[in-house]
Amino acid sequence: MIGLIGKKLGMTQIFDENGDRIPVTVIQAGPCRVIHRKNKEKHGYDSIQLGFEEVGEEKVNKPLIGHFKKHNSPLYRHLKEFRLKVYKDIEEKEIFDVGMFTQNEVLKITGTSKGKGFSGVMKRHNFHGFKATHGVHESYRGPGSIGQCATPSRVFKGKKMPGHQGVDKVSVTNVKVVKIDQKKNIVLVKGAVPGHINGIVYLRKEL
Amino acid sequence: MDIVQEIGKDQIRQDLTEFRVGDTIKVHYKIKEGAKERIQVFQGIVIQKKGAQISQTFTVRKISNGIGVERIFPLNSPNIQKIDVVRFGRVRRAKLFYLRNAKGKAARVKERKRY
Repeated sequence: MIGLIGKKLGMTQIFDENGDRIPVTVIQAGPCRVIHRKNKEKHGYDSIQLGFEEVGEEKVNKPLIGHFKKHNSPLYRHLKEFRLKVYKDIEEKEIFDVGMFTQNEVLKITGTSKGKGFSGVMKRHNFHGFKATHGVHESYRGPGSIGQCATPSRVFKGKKMPGHQGVDKVSVTNVKVVKIDQKKNIVLVKGAVPGHINGIVYLRKEL
Repeated sequence: MDIVQEIGKDQIRQDLTEFRVGDTIKVHYKIKEGAKERIQVFQGIVIQKKGAQISQTFTVRKISNGIGVERIFPLNSPNIQKIDVVRFGRVRRAKLFYLRNAKGKAARVKERKRY
């Protein structure tokens, strides 16, 4: 699986040739440079490490500057390693851009979901809560019973309870590429993509 | 955000007749039935215009056999063949949702004089 690092810019819609509206997410993807090529002999597996968004020296810490210098590369804000399931002839310094995708191709897109804070069980686990009327008092959105009595006299591990929601790694599969603009490094994909605007997303294509 | 607004700019329709909320219009809309294509005309009062750029839509309301029917059209849809303004209306608000509850005389829209 190889892919690109991108930035979610927002959503809009376009019309297809039948005149139907398609909701699209606009992603600025690449160009990404191969900074480090890992191989089976030395590292035990095949992968490429990609860099996205060139930045000045003041934005990168010293250990990372050393890493970039070792591979004779400019400095990048974002780094991500993509495992290669099948061996591919890719060298360091190679640059990937949106040209690697084709229209109607199906991608897997990974991002970080929007933070929802400390959420209750209705929002977090789709519990039903209680009735708003018929004598229910003070527990409209509660979880109800969380277990039994003297046996087992504890709450089972993994019980769905309120807690922090969001800011998780979320992947969506089968995301269709609607349009590619190689000049502006932009990919339009059908439907929504996890994360907020300007969030970093990883676009992977099946090999 | 600018890049997002640039998307689909070439699909924005410049050729359609301009109309305002309160106008009575005829929308000639292409409908596909299998392989056949025909034009359907929907006539009514524009009660709402919303959205921006490529995503704009407008709502047309008509009374069909005594029942109110509303239809939402994407303004920039390539399926709109043309729009005719039948009557120019003078209204004092942007959304005419009060027409849904109004009956008889109250459900009228004054004519806008054009000089």
